[in-house]
Amino acid sequence: MARILSMKDAINEAIDQEMTRDKTVIMMGEDIVGGAGTAGDDDAWGGVLGVTKGLYHKHPEQMIDTPLSESAYVGAAIGAATCGLRPIAELMFIDFLGVCMDQIYNQAAKFRYMFGGKVETPVVIRAMCGAGFRAAAQHSQMLAPILTHIPGLKVVCPSNAYDTKGLLIQAIRDNDPVIFLEHKNLYGSECDVPEEPYAIPFGEANIVREGRDLTIVAYGLMVPNSLSAAEVLKKEGIDVEVIDLRTLSPIDMDAVIESVEKTGRLVCVDEANPRCSIATDISATVARDAFKALKAPIGMVTAPHSPVPFSPSLEDIYIPSPERIAAGVRKIIEA
Amino acid sequence: MTDQIIPILMPKWGLSMSEGTLAAWHVEEGTEISPGDEIMDVETDKIANVVEAADGGFLRRRVGMDGEVYPVRALLGVLASASVSDAEIDAYIDTFKMPEVAEEEDAGPSYEFAELSAGRIRYTERSGEGTPVVLIHGFGGDLDNWLFNIDALSESAPVYALDLPGHGQSSKAVDNPGLATLVSAVTQLMDHLSIDKAHLVGHSMGGLVAGQTAIENPSRIASITLIGSAGLGSEINADYIGGFVSSVSNRQLKPILKSLFADESLVSRSMVDELLKYKRLDGVQAFLEALQTSLFSNGKQSITIEAGLSTLDCPTQIIWGAKDAVIPSSHANALSGAEVTIIDGAGHMVQMEEASRVNELINKQF
Repeated sequence: MARILSMKDAINEAIDQEMTRDKTVIMMGEDIVGGAGTAGDDDAWGGVLGVTKGLYHKHPEQMIDTPLSESAYVGAAIGAATCGLRPIAELMFIDFLGVCMDQIYNQAAKFRYMFGGKVETPVVIRAMCGAGFRAAAQHSQMLAPILTHIPGLKVVCPSNAYDTKGLLIQAIRDNDPVIFLEHKNLYGSECDVPEEPYAIPFGEANIVREGRDLTIVAYGLMVPNSLSAAEVLKKEGIDVEVIDLRTLSPIDMDAVIESVEKTGRLVCVDEANPRCSIATDISATVARDAFKALKAPIGMVTAPHSPVPFSPSLEDIYIPSPERIAAGVRKIIEA
Repeated sequence: MTDQIIPILMPKWGLSMSEGTLAAWHVEEGTEISPGDEIMDVETDKIANVVEAADGGFLRRRVGMDGEVYPVRALLGVLASASVSDAEIDAYIDTFKMPEVAEEEDAGPSYEFAELSAGRIRYTERSGEGTPVVLIHGFGGDLDNWLFNIDALSESAPVYALDLPGHGQSSKAVDNPGLATLVSAVTQLMDHLSIDKAHLVGHSMGGLVAGQTAIENPSRIASITLIGSAGLGSEINADYIGGFVSSVSNRQLKPILKSLFADESLVSRSMVDELLKYKRLDGVQAFLEALQTSLFSNGKQSITIEAGLSTLDCPTQIIWGAKDAVIPSSHANALSGAEVTIIDGAGHMVQMEEASRVNELINKQF
């Protein structure tokens, strides 16, 4: 029977099943074990939001709590990956990318290329991303575009629990460095998730809603927000197709182009800041490769070019909401 | 007289269906409808299909709108005789409440699992009177291939449908993928459920499994129904089998699945997604490749069972879609003495495309 699981539990299950299947899968991070042996709920708490709760007791040899030094443990994970392990390094928040950036973009991303294909780096760097958690400017960013800029990294940002389990298992089995971005506001989102392990190949977008009039391209939290917008627009007679990119590197531009060739209109929805983002990248590619299919200018609905505000009311305005997305779509339909 | 007013409700196809989209009405308000008439298209996340009228009367009101999503058992339309006034129809619609379903019934017949030496086997059961029916799906299929048959058949017999080893939600770790393993799973499940004797119904590769099960256990078989069956000739659409096994994306798999249906529009994106969800499970790819090698290597069926079947005494019928693009309908005539029905306008998935006709034919065996 179908089984409902949250995105948070899907992550835990994927790691658990891969650690059981393959003893070279290890995990490193801050507080991922967390007080194992203490009484009650605090026992092996499992990270800031308890994503890895209980994994230490199932796989004590494979779970390593590290000192507060992202540069050290992310670097160690990358080194271990080149020597035969399949480490998952948990960077609590993607906002901490800066302190371990050299390890990621100058080391992990370059090894296969610079060593002439003789080295593989099967490391996964998991991190929470995204706004809406009242966690202020240094714990709320959507930094995917910084990472998709770098050749040699694969970048994943799922929108639901089913995709999360399959994409994380694929990330662990993949022989290249994968940045796995988990939107913290989706941790509670639930759907049917098979109990058996499964892998979703990278580079295939998911058309989560079929429509005739306009294509929305989104990822992460922007997928459910776009689907909500599509429901509102449907009542106005606007039939929107919603594409969930699922993986940002590689990116399934074929799915986007095919959809735009059908609908003739495109709105890119991106929680990242608007300069040099996934939205601008897709817009440029569609303008180049499917210009003749376009009946209207390409629209973008994004965060403003500002840090994520700490004020709850300002943060709510910062995130592209279903209302803002619907307004962005109407503008293109009426253009 | 409100008792002359008959509601048309959103049907429930299979356990997981909670809502459906009324894709299109086929009849206008005011049309007189007879039982069996095609009245609307309904789409679920698994399949699109046409809904046939269960009752007759004038379609007085279309309550459901094209393109809208409704929960199972929602009121979609109203049938009544011409003598019922519009006011009565309006009152009926205004006061209509979705039929209450007891919680038990709503949770309904569920999936069961049997731990057998053939592995963990998923099945579903519908109670009924008489000799049980066992439904066996085809290559890459699962018990939901009988979505439109299982409830209808249970009106005249107990019905069981299983996921063969390596399929659906049954074990994916299968030793020796091949006919013997599949047959053994069927007989083990019959033993487990204390079914001494059954009507076997098999579709496609499931027909081969049903036939071989009957050949090996003739005393346990009341009748066999083979639908678009494997095992009755050597030809098979190798592009379909090969494409089904090798496809990893919606873009690759969708055109392949179109050869299953005479009406290609029945292949929805969500139907393809559901199959991809199965194909992605650990172990499935290796299993399907091994089964393909065992049963359909070099683009041919490697096992035919018509010689064995011809020795059986039990009633045997063969049903085929005239537009079957996977296994040619000429194979329907491979067995002398079998009752053969070729259904016009249907493809390989004839039990889905022409469900009520197929149900009627299977029912005749009981």
